[in-house]
Amino acid sequence: MAMTLHVDIVSAEREIYSGAAEMVFAPAEMGEVGIAPRHTPLLTRLKPGEVRVREPGGNEQVFFVSGGMLEIQPHVVTVLADTAMRAKDIDEASAIAAKERAERALADKTSDLDYAHAQAELAESVARLRSLEKLRKNQGRG
Amino acid sequence: MAAGKEIRTQIKSIKNTQKITRAMEMVAASKMRKAQDRMAASRPYAQKIRAVMHHLAQAHPEYRHPYLQERPVQRVGYIIVSTDRGLCGGLNANLFRQLLRNLREHDANNNAIELCTIGRKATSFFKRFSATLRAQTAELGDAPRLDDLIGTVKVMLDAYDAGEIDRLYLASNDFVNTMTQRPTIEQLLPIAAPEKDEDLKHHWDYLYEPDSKQVLDGLLMRYIESLVYQGVVENIACEQAARMVAMKSASDNAGNLIDELQLAYNKARQAAITQELSEIVSGAAAV
Repeated sequence: MAMTLHVDIVSAEREIYSGAAEMVFAPAEMGEVGIAPRHTPLLTRLKPGEVRVREPGGNEQVFFVSGGMLEIQPHVVTVLADTAMRAKDIDEASAIAAKERAERALADKTSDLDYAHAQAELAESVARLRSLEKLRKNQGRG
Repeated sequence: MAAGKEIRTQIKSIKNTQKITRAMEMVAASKMRKAQDRMAASRPYAQKIRAVMHHLAQAHPEYRHPYLQERPVQRVGYIIVSTDRGLCGGLNANLFRQLLRNLREHDANNNAIELCTIGRKATSFFKRFSATLRAQTAELGDAPRLDDLIGTVKVMLDAYDAGEIDRLYLASNDFVNTMTQRPTIEQLLPIAAPEKDEDLKHHWDYLYEPDSKQVLDGLLMRYIESLVYQGVVENIACEQAARMVAMKSASDNAGNLIDELQLAYNKARQAAITQELSEIVSGAAAV
């Protein structure tokens, strides 16, 4: 029996592939790597590209990854695929956007707070009206 | 029959409310199922990345990453996960209450607090709090994507890198089952080192490409992001479950109220008929 590897390809949002393979090819950052069983432990980042899994039957499965991490243990290969395009400036831009949202939320004293305040006031005045009505009714009867 | 008419309109309006709460209950139930599926789908990634971290702890990298090192605590950061909408029982309130208790402890220790909120409820609640709000995200919808969170998490990680916070926590709800959601506060940074396995202790290390610092940076960042993502997905399942239960009890309460009012209405109607009859009878007797 030929030796096989166990391959797991997962992304943060779902599991993509899990099974045995004779050989795995992945686009590592320093160049494409081919992984056969009993590979030395390796940890690297992936570039966007395709991960090819050669299954014991001989047919090949191809998965596209837009980056991620690759871990190799002698008999286990784990591909942590990114779902998002990662680049330093994209990450930076979304971080800045998140900060701006926080600043806007802090500056925006009117919307949410006033709404909550108004709601509380409304509830109170409705209750007051209702008790007034009740009082009037009782007096009318008495 | 003035009272009768009043009661009748009241019954009608409560019935309308009941229709709404029942519809919301049903919507929440179906959304909860989807949210639970999503929760299960995100689990393999978290398991795998945790396994890699575990292996890494057995290895002997020459480079010690700051995320793995404890340092004296002066400033703490919190990532708070909440819902965007209300009407979900005490879900947010319970989380905030536990959080406030924690924050007060930090306050007593003179630790500065930095917050980062996900969800509109947390933002409007902690806006009034005397802490810095660093970043904020809201309206992620029912199917949040990791991209939506990257920026928010990065702000806190950058703060940690810059030494502006010494510890980072994640506050979110744990989905136990449909009836129970447990507010939890979990430490994200520094990452608690997993226990070492005795049998794996012989000296070995990974090959790192291009070098250990860059690889570890990428891995640990993804690890934190996946934890936050899981917290968000789980919180959505919690939200839907809590809303379903809250709406169910609201529908039940409306039903009870309708029954009571119906009884009152019947009594009033009967009293009116009796009164009319006795008036007619006494009128006839007088003639």
